[in-house]
Amino acid sequence: MSADSEQRTIRCLIAKVGLDGHDRGAHVISRAFRDAGFEVIYSGLHRAPDEIIQATVQEDVDVLGISILSGAHNTLVPKVMAGLEEYGALDDTLVIVGGIIPDEDRPGLMEEGVDAIFGPGTPMEETIEFVKENAPERT
Amino acid sequence: MGQAVESDLVERLLDGEHRALARVITKIESQSPGYRDIVSEIHAHTGHASVVGITGSPGAGKSTLVDKLAKFYRDQGETVGVIAVDPSSPYTGGAVLGDRIRMASNVGDMDVFFRSMSARGQLGGLSTATADAVKALDAFGKDRIIIETVGAGQNEVDVVKTADTVVVLVQPGSGDDVQMLKAGILEIGDVFVVNKADMEGASRTVAELEEMIHLRDDPRAKLDMGHHGAEAMGDHHGHGEHTDDDQDDEPEPDPVWTPQVVETIATTGEGIDELVETLSDHYTYLAESGELDEKARQRAAEEIRQLLRSDVNRLLERELDDRGGIDDFASAVVDKETDPYAVTEDVLEPLRECLEDRDD
Ligand code: B12
Ligand SMILES: Nc1nc2c(ncn2[C@@H]2O[C@H](COP(=O)(O)OP(=O)(O)OP(=O)(O)O)[C@@H](O)[C@H]2O)c(=O)[nH]1
Ligand SMILES: [Mg+2]
Repeated sequence: MSADSEQRTIRCLIAKVGLDGHDRGAHVISRAFRDAGFEVIYSGLHRAPDEIIQATVQEDVDVLGISILSGAHNTLVPKVMAGLEEYGALDDTLVIVGGIIPDEDRPGLMEEGVDAIFGPGTPMEETIEFVKENAPERT
Repeated sequence: MGQAVESDLVERLLDGEHRALARVITKIESQSPGYRDIVSEIHAHTGHASVVGITGSPGAGKSTLVDKLAKFYRDQGETVGVIAVDPSSPYTGGAVLGDRIRMASNVGDMDVFFRSMSARGQLGGLSTATADAVKALDAFGKDRIIIETVGAGQNEVDVVKTADTVVVLVQPGSGDDVQMLKAGILEIGDVFVVNKADMEGASRTVAELEEMIHLRDDPRAKLDMGHHGAEAMGDHHGHGEHTDDDQDDEPEPDPVWTPQVVETIATTGEGIDELVETLSDHYTYLAESGELDEKARQRAAEEIRQLLRSDVNRLLERELDDRGGIDDFASAVVDKETDPYAVTEDVLEPLRECLEDRDD
């Protein structure tokens, strides 16, 4: 292990936002990401968009993963994206969303700057591969 | 790339840009190229914050307490930085950093800067990385900096020793905790907090701790335990000076800090005001006794040694590689063609010559 071969560890925040008590998916993802060698910070339940923004900015995560099954994604996700923009964190954070997101809502979220959406049934390898390939460079 | 990028980042950090502070800590944590220049540049801007290190067994309530402490300082109008160091699972690479989840009292308040750090890749230098991250927060202008780490081994002790004041958190009724203290953590505690004071056994744990502190500080107390024990239980909120009036009236030596024991209920915030007062007493003591400066010098000395060790190691590794790698040397030693002392002598010779030449 030589000194200059800096090993890149991908840092992720897995966030539950709003009054959404479904946390199984977030736990499944957190564990899978950890096992894939990522560093995972889990927000815990019922977080306000402001808290998610604060955590994303301060922890300087490569990946923000938002888990929403409550149906409130169309109001909550844009708030988070606007906050990231305000603090200059939007460009170099990969934002992915999982949970129950109806097909017709997906283009709107992508337009807001979401990079990918992973619903139920997505093979875990696919999600992990996507993160590995798209996590932004930190130099 | 290069110098310009780093200087720009430092400038933005000094300007109070949160994102720049976050990125600087990332660079420190991953030892990115250029991170040394950054730490060099911010060094001159440090020295204003007071730093508290909090350690204790897993689940003792450290993060919950940190959250309430941060809230208390914020209510006083001060800004706060928190570094939560999780030394677990450094080998697999993956980790879940769970301290942030307890930050519930400072929702969306950017003036509490909370950062989770892992032990990844630090190879024993975790305390250096923590100290550098503390510098970043200090240069940013944080008034209060809190370091949280689980109390498990030497690594964590080193981490927490980068603070001015060390707080050791203990849970009531767990003889285990007090046992752990005997095994080395006791020596580093300036303030002991019996958290979860709402649970059974808190007062007994307080008494046990005070007894241990007295034994540690005053070996003669052993002969006189009943008396001291009782006194300790009656008044465990003294203010750091020896007030024993039954001692001979020898001239008073330099003021000494006697570790204090405080009870808290981190979940409700009970006892936090008293803890804050005790921390402030300790800081006053450090400043007035000159120990604050002495500690800073010791820390600087330790930082220099640590960096020298790792840099020299790096140089030697490269030298070894240039000479065909350690494996060849090892085989030669096993085949009795040479021996470890001769190899060491041989590899170090250029370095030694260089230093000796300079001496003349
Ligand atoms: C189990 C469950 C519950 C449990 C939750 C237990 C818990 N602690 O999680 C309980 C019984 C408490 C519950 C309650 C409710 N539920 Co419910 N629940 C479900 C159910 C059946 C399964 C959800 C689940 O756990 N799946 C297993 C996990 C592993 O899958 P997952 O969360 O989808 O996650 C996967 C992917 O989405 C993705 N993913 C998820 N998050 C993330 C994050 C990232 C970063 C990434 C990359 C991927 C990712 O990866 C995961 C693995 O593939 C769903 C229906 C369904 N089939 O989805 C309804 C469902 C989600 N619930 C629903 C509703 C309405 C409710 C209630 C409001 C009322 C009710 N009728 O009971 C309450 C609200 C509770 C609250 N406070 O929020 C609706 C939501 C409708 C909507 N969004 O429009 C659903 C869809 C049922 C339905 N068809 O109506 N529920
Ligand atoms: N009853 C009681 N529970 C508490 C108190 N303080 C913390 N807890 C609970 O103890 C649990 C652990 O608290 P944390 O703050 O996460 O403890 P920690 O020491 O940071 O834990 P690690 O970082 O995992 O070592 C949580 O469920 C808290 O709610 C207290 O004063 N009383
Ligand atoms: Mg903790």
